[in-house]
Amino acid sequence: MATIRALSLILSVLSIITLLWTQSGECNNGRRLGDAVDTDFSGFSVPLEHSFEVDDVPRFRLRGALQFRGGRENSVYLSQNQLSEKDRTILKDVAAVDGLYRIRVPRVSLQVDRQTERQSEGYLTAFVRACSLVESHLSDVITLHTDVSGYVIGISIVTIPGSCRGIEVEDEVDLEVFNTTISVVAPVTAPAPETAPYIERMEQEMEKKGKNPQEQKSFFAKYWYLILGGAVFLMATSSAQTPPGGAREQS
Amino acid sequence: MAWLVLRLAISVSLLYTASAVFEDQVGKFDWRQQFIGKVRFALFDTHSQASKKLLVATDNNVFASLNSRTGDLFWRHVDKTGPEGHIDALLMYGQDAVVVVGNGRLLRSWETTVGGLKWEAVLDTGSFQAAALVGVQDFVKYVAVLKQSAISLHDLSSGNQIWVENLPDSDTVQYQTIYSGGNGLVFVLGFVPNSHIVIVEYKIEDGEIMKKKSVEAAWMSSLENSCAVISSGILLCVDQITQSLYTLPLQSAEQTEMRQIHLQTLDLEVASGFQPVLTSTQPNPAQPPLAEFFLQLSPDHHILLQLKDGLIAPLRDFNPSYLAAFATSGEKTVAAVMSPKNDTACSINLFSADTGRRHLDTTIIYHMDPNGGKPNRLYVHAFLKKDDSVGYRVMVQTEDLTLTFLQQPGRVVWMREEALADVVTMEMVDLPLTGTQAELEGEFGKKADGLLPMVLKRLSSQFILLQAWMAHLWKLFYDARKPRSSVKNEVTIDTLSRDEFNLQKMMVMVTASGKLFGIDSKSGTILWKQYLQDIQPNSIFKLIVQRTTAHFPHPPQCTLLIKDKDTGLGSLYVFNPIFGKKSHISVPALPRPVLQTLLLPVIDQDYAKVLLLIDDQYKVTAFPSTKNVLQQLQDTASSIFFYLVDSSQGKLSGFRLRMDLSTELIWEVVIPTEVQKIVAVKGKRANEHVHSQGRVMGDRSVLYKYLNPNLLAVITESTDTHQERSFVGIFLIDGVTGRIVHEAVQRKARGPVHFVHSENWVVYVYWNSKFRRNEFSVLELFEGAELYNSTVFSSLDRPHPPQVLQQSYIFPAPISTLEATLTEKGITSRHLLVGLPSGNILSLPKMFLDPRRPEVVSEQSREENLIPYAPEMPIRTEWFINYNQTVSRVRGIYTAPSGLESTCLVVAYGLDIYQTRVFPSKQFDVLKDDYDYVLISSVLFGLFFATMISKRLAEVKLLNRAWR
Repeated sequence: MATIRALSLILSVLSIITLLWTQSGECNNGRRLGDAVDTDFSGFSVPLEHSFEVDDVPRFRLRGALQFRGGRENSVYLSQNQLSEKDRTILKDVAAVDGLYRIRVPRVSLQVDRQTERQSEGYLTAFVRACSLVESHLSDVITLHTDVSGYVIGISIVTIPGSCRGIEVEDEVDLEVFNTTISVVAPVTAPAPETAPYIERMEQEMEKKGKNPQEQKSFFAKYWYLILGGAVFLMATSSAQTPPGGAREQS
Repeated sequence: MAWLVLRLAISVSLLYTASAVFEDQVGKFDWRQQFIGKVRFALFDTHSQASKKLLVATDNNVFASLNSRTGDLFWRHVDKTGPEGHIDALLMYGQDAVVVVGNGRLLRSWETTVGGLKWEAVLDTGSFQAAALVGVQDFVKYVAVLKQSAISLHDLSSGNQIWVENLPDSDTVQYQTIYSGGNGLVFVLGFVPNSHIVIVEYKIEDGEIMKKKSVEAAWMSSLENSCAVISSGILLCVDQITQSLYTLPLQSAEQTEMRQIHLQTLDLEVASGFQPVLTSTQPNPAQPPLAEFFLQLSPDHHILLQLKDGLIAPLRDFNPSYLAAFATSGEKTVAAVMSPKNDTACSINLFSADTGRRHLDTTIIYHMDPNGGKPNRLYVHAFLKKDDSVGYRVMVQTEDLTLTFLQQPGRVVWMREEALADVVTMEMVDLPLTGTQAELEGEFGKKADGLLPMVLKRLSSQFILLQAWMAHLWKLFYDARKPRSSVKNEVTIDTLSRDEFNLQKMMVMVTASGKLFGIDSKSGTILWKQYLQDIQPNSIFKLIVQRTTAHFPHPPQCTLLIKDKDTGLGSLYVFNPIFGKKSHISVPALPRPVLQTLLLPVIDQDYAKVLLLIDDQYKVTAFPSTKNVLQQLQDTASSIFFYLVDSSQGKLSGFRLRMDLSTELIWEVVIPTEVQKIVAVKGKRANEHVHSQGRVMGDRSVLYKYLNPNLLAVITESTDTHQERSFVGIFLIDGVTGRIVHEAVQRKARGPVHFVHSENWVVYVYWNSKFRRNEFSVLELFEGAELYNSTVFSSLDRPHPPQVLQQSYIFPAPISTLEATLTEKGITSRHLLVGLPSGNILSLPKMFLDPRRPEVVSEQSREENLIPYAPEMPIRTEWFINYNQTVSRVRGIYTAPSGLESTCLVVAYGLDIYQTRVFPSKQFDVLKDDYDYVLISSVLFGLFFATMISKRLAEVKLLNRAWR
């Protein structure tokens, strides 16, 4: 591990740092390159290896170093070399035969304190079609996925655009430096049934009803005066009719 | 006001989804079959002559009463699964059946006529050994239960415990048998292996130990299987090594060692390697057993022996004989013996037990099913005829769990296929075309050979069609004259043909015992069955439809992969799913364990889909592997990817096929097993169609679905089971690139997780360990407002991760299984079919499981017909698609599309099988049953004539005007 760390340090100092990163999802507060230079190396780094061979038998070489910084937000930086002249030609050849460009990282835990208790065994691999990498001018998006406890469980690589249309690529300029977006993604917490807001909403509805007593009143309570008025009117009209007859009887 | 609108919206939406069966539709297109499983105990009710009851207790923890005349169930009690509900013993006396359940945990008494529980007693802990009825003075009053270290006596009428006594030296002595001869004593027999037998004598009244003695028996290794009590309390044992019988009177005080009788003196010999079996009979528990007994010397050799005056004499030798059993009716005890007659039939004969003489005219011929297994159990029901002779019926159980009930002279009264109680997997296959349809189809298949022959061919096939139509009309006319009830379309294998809407299909069911069934989905009739011999009991089955019925004249073809669970070694069985016949296609040998199978859309020249089998060295075997197929595979190798799951290491890995049929590892995802373990991985169903690419939103924009056919849903469960820290993990991984598309953790959750993965959504159910309830969660994936590439989907070219929406709901019931409906074109809205432990199947509209259900209703959400979010999922009884036809222990639901877009065929299987049709969006493409044809046609005709008349009138008027 120490050699790798030293290597990465040398790399970061000597090589032209061409890395680029953005913030990923909700767990990675991306920082600009300038910050990275003066950061303390309290984290650790792991090698990122790649392989592209015309015969399609993987032979992994160092592509760069992933530097993790401990702490809550799993921020990651990638420092990587330029592609050499030889690599460029190989990559173009591989792309021509529709070969694969593979990358791999060792299985590690991003929790710094767990580094010692668990040594990595085995690698996590992913691939992308070499032609799409060439056609996208080496612009790729690498995502490291971790599980709940911070172990890296998977790596994925996509190029943007991802298609292979057979476009001729001017070499030298376009295939020299990787334009990589790297991020770490931790699992999101799936939502539980939201009872509290629902109950709150129900209560609000109830309150609304409570505030507006008009709606709660019964039919009689609402219209008692009309009914009473109607009844009085009826009585009045009927009593107005009876007097003549009654009067006649009396007479 | 808003509330009112909201409620209105809900009720309108419910009105739309509400679907229940009308009373007169019951049984019209659905059926249920109830099963019991492998019979452990079967007792005939000999209480009265007219009784039709047959009591059975089975390995599936089912206790039931069958009608012995028809084979139907009178009643059935389904206990808990697993050892908790295991039925240890079944005893019957008069109207009562006493059952010991759950390794001696419960003692129950059932009333046998209606199946009501009379009493139940909870027994002390201890592993169950034996149970027996105990009689005093010709009257059975008690039931004794022997456990590892105690014996208890219970009253038969109330279940009250009379006494319980600890057994002496129970830590060294293995007590196994209990015996009572009706003389006021209960004997408990135990033994110390290869040392001695212990006999303890208890007084019935108070459980006092009267006597305890031990007898030397150095040869003894098991008491239960090799010993029996016969005659007036004489213990009889048989030993294979010393080739001897041993006798010992239980009560005698003077005899302190067992008397040895060499089998040689009887001219008998036990077959080498065979554990001889003694069968005695005790017709009345209050009286000592008979002096006659069966001794089985080899798998097909029985001998009836008699103990008389301390001497054993053979009464009759049955060689060869498969099975033998005693039966008693009244005072007479008979023995039924099954002997082979020829290759396909066995004969069963009745012998009188006390003399060994054969009863005349008592032969029953039992025809063995050539596609079935050998008989392995014989249950005899003896009865007295009017002339006081003994008549009998037998029930034969075979290796493939068929129960056959026979009566003289060999008539099969009924048959039950109990293997169907344990269906493992199934498929539905379209029925073939009728002969005439096939004739027409065949015309297109043939190469054109000139104009005239083609015309003639067409004319002749049209003529055949005409002929068939006339025959059909004639049949209709003929049937119309007959009364309705007598017109019953018997489904046989010859009359099978596809109906207009492809609603009738062939259900191919694979059962755990290794028996395959072909069942007509319309009626539930078993059309063919095939027992696969020598299948390991813990095999894994995978059924693959390689060629459907659509490729006439090639017959449809199914392949069953049978894989041993321990070794992983597999074999293929290829058959025709319509007729059940084994296909003669040469099957590749599979010398290495099979890890994964893959059915490719690539077809060979005979239209069979290619099946790839990947072994543990990642080598690929293709089936069929003709030159044509290999050529096609070479051409497409670089686009054939597959994945493997190793849940013990938490490893998911992806491979790509190479030209030479080797493979290369291309991606790897490792989920550490210390934290969580993979419990299930599911892709999407290959025959699923999605009609709509997106969803129209309230503002008329479209939200496109992320329809990745290679997406895998991986479910994990945490190893930490503490209720606060346990979780369920959901990973959506692309099966081609290994890219983790989405990763979520459901906290405070525990399995078992049931889930469905379809279209652009995953629905899963888990147990919330904090709130102690079941919860549903739905994940939906969308590409967004724009499609990346609308013409074709490629996992290799889809760089942008999808938007994932998720919502969870409370489900107020436990769940047994989950499945989604499936229709021909995917236009019909989807429903989830939820199998509940209560036996109901709930058809839950997917509409309720929509992560876009809004918290607050807005104009747009109303426009979109979204139901406002409510945390609790409703369960409406009208959503139960099987009304009162509950499916016990539902284990799986299978859905298949029919020819009608609105209709989905559903089969639920568990202990029972239930088949029905569901209409998730109602029958929008079918006219209602009560459609008024008369009205519509009279209106049509009326209008027609009205136009005619008015036209005429108009003409006349025009003419008149012209004359004017």
